[in-house]
Amino acid sequence: MRNLWLGGVLTAIFAGMAVLSFLWTPYDPTVLDIANKIKTPSTAHPLGTDHFGRDILSMIMVGARTSIAVALVAVGIGMGLGVPLGLTAAARKGGLLDELIMRGNDLVFAFPSLLIAIMITAVFGASAVNAIIAIGIFNIPVFARLTRSGALSLWTRDYVMAARVAGKGATRISVEHILPNVTNLLIVQGTIQFSLGILAEAGLSYVGLGAQPPTASWGRMLADSQTMISFAPHMALFPGLAILLTVLGLNLMGDGLRDMFDPKLRRARS
Amino acid sequence: MTTKTFKLGLLSAAALAASAGLAMAKSDIVVAMQLEPPHLDPTSAAAGAIDSVLYSNVFEGLTRFGSDGSVNPGLAKSWEISEDGKTYTFMLHEGVTFHDGSAMDAEDVKFSLDRARAEDSANAQKALFEGIENVEVVDPLTVKVTLAAPNGSFLFNMAWGDAVIVAPESIENIKTNPVGTGAFKFTNWVQGDKIDLEKNGAYWGTPAKLDKVSFKFISDPTAAFAAVMAEDVNAFVGFPAPENLPQFEADPRFQVLVGSTEGETILSTNNKMPPFDNVKVRKALAHAIDRQAIIDGAMFGYGTPIGTHFAPHNPDYVDLTGNSAYDPAMAKELLAEAGYADGFKTTLKLPPPSYARRGGEIIAAQLRAVGIEAEISNLEWAQWLEQVFRGKDYGLTIVSHTEPFDIGIYARPDYYFQYDNPSFQQLIADLGVEADPAKRSALLATAQETISGDYVNGYLFQLAYPTVANAKVKGLWKDAPTQATDLTGVYWE
Repeated sequence: MRNLWLGGVLTAIFAGMAVLSFLWTPYDPTVLDIANKIKTPSTAHPLGTDHFGRDILSMIMVGARTSIAVALVAVGIGMGLGVPLGLTAAARKGGLLDELIMRGNDLVFAFPSLLIAIMITAVFGASAVNAIIAIGIFNIPVFARLTRSGALSLWTRDYVMAARVAGKGATRISVEHILPNVTNLLIVQGTIQFSLGILAEAGLSYVGLGAQPPTASWGRMLADSQTMISFAPHMALFPGLAILLTVLGLNLMGDGLRDMFDPKLRRARS
Repeated sequence: MTTKTFKLGLLSAAALAASAGLAMAKSDIVVAMQLEPPHLDPTSAAAGAIDSVLYSNVFEGLTRFGSDGSVNPGLAKSWEISEDGKTYTFMLHEGVTFHDGSAMDAEDVKFSLDRARAEDSANAQKALFEGIENVEVVDPLTVKVTLAAPNGSFLFNMAWGDAVIVAPESIENIKTNPVGTGAFKFTNWVQGDKIDLEKNGAYWGTPAKLDKVSFKFISDPTAAFAAVMAEDVNAFVGFPAPENLPQFEADPRFQVLVGSTEGETILSTNNKMPPFDNVKVRKALAHAIDRQAIIDGAMFGYGTPIGTHFAPHNPDYVDLTGNSAYDPAMAKELLAEAGYADGFKTTLKLPPPSYARRGGEIIAAQLRAVGIEAEISNLEWAQWLEQVFRGKDYGLTIVSHTEPFDIGIYARPDYYFQYDNPSFQQLIADLGVEADPAKRSALLATAQETISGDYVNGYLFQLAYPTVANAKVKGLWKDAPTQATDLTGVYWE
């Protein structure tokens, strides 16, 4: 439970910063103030300023918004498409459709995801939207597989048999009986994928293929600070920490959620 | 025991002497630069990286640029100009041979010039040879070049990297095996990594002081910083990260030379694309830009503000920065007058160098302040050449024009900023045939004022040319009057 709490708090801090950034940031992160460039942390700028004199705290707040939005939508795409595919495959286990869906998944899985994401954004243009699509595509097989394996064990249960006997179709059983019982699996995996999405977004912006300026993003902040790390380490430190803590928080939370949902572990504890 | 100690002492003394001797005799150098040449023929491509490696080192022309941009005798030891200014008679040096052993004579000069000015010539600067009417071999060491009209800059033109002398015997493989007359000869090219040169023992002039030269290509600024810091390279010409220069300056192992270039860094504007076809909009653009902020923010203070397309170190330069002083209020007024009180949207396409990428972010922010929304897209060089330079599909872009004395590009209406002004074109035509220095100066001043007054482009700054080198390396060029890394006079202290 400690993991869940710690992870939850860390995630809440960054989610809170992202929400707050819609209403207020200490400075406008799109306004440059060259005269005040590369200032170390002070009371005026708690995390210092970057090479254009922008307030790093404000940029991290807006960057949190970018990261979370991209990762959230990407996980949404993965779940929205992956879960129905997984349910269908499980319902038609051993059939042609099952084979088709799962081999298609294997195909997508076979590619190194970040490289393909780079390729997609390079071909269709660098933007946050394309980054979302690229990351989202690679979430589909993750959720499809998970849903299928979870669903397969459920299809042998007595209550599913009962529903069948009562005359319910495969689709209805999937939605009414299978889906609710794989939800906990999906929540845990969703949290993990969410953290991977944030990492992927940071990676894409780092190579200049994510959100474009003037939208702040953590990955680009890191890329910008790279040549200045020897004399302005704070420029790299804070966005780096933001990525680290968010990903750590989400992973801890995922871990904690799994512990909470897993009946075996729950029994062992009590 | 004593003999042993004595022997040991002698040995270490010998070793010391040997190592000291080695250090003194260091005769090889590794020079790094950012861009790798696409191939090795300076006479058939615009890529400046080719000249950066080969100019003066491997290939030489009739005349050559000095480190201060002056035009000096090269393969021609002297020349005579006829009274009407139309005939140039070049006297060539004796005993000059190409690296393959064949003699360099008047026939090679005729071949090189005829090849460059031929109709199917692939030369990137054909304008340099346009005025040549005839090239005649008088005797093996004398060439007579006849021009259609007097040309005040003919000797200057002949010093360009595009006008170097090549041999018909080796022209076929010049792109992979360049054979010139220079103090260094080409030995090896590992694509994606380095080009090796070695001393030409049979050089006709002052021999090079170095025996071996390696040019290494490191495009990533972070890797460039690491390579210099770790002393993997002895010098880095055109160092890409100005923010790191103060660190090198503070380090006694290194010397930093910040020279000037012919690189006018400009906010190129598509003059045919609305709303930029309206001079008021272009003027508003010019007043919305704070040059000093760009120099400080993108170049960390390295760069000289310019107000027109001309190098400030040129004696004919006119300071017109006042024409486009930073005045956002005035910019807004001008936009309102032009009918864009609420601003407008446009594109800002940026090539890879940091002056463009960082400068672009700053300019976008400055334009946003007056209501112009410039959408940034970052392009690779190949994309930039295709979309912007050839396709003219852009609103704004930032690029440094590094050719020397290139104000003439404004007389080409099909050039990518599509500036079409007949009176300016006449001006450049007049300049081409004017040989009188005073009149040339006056014409140049008018030309600079015209493009500045028409606000053709946003004139930002003259690109600085930073070289970071080992403190013991002497004889490097500080400035870059042309794209060249002349190592013929470089030596280790």
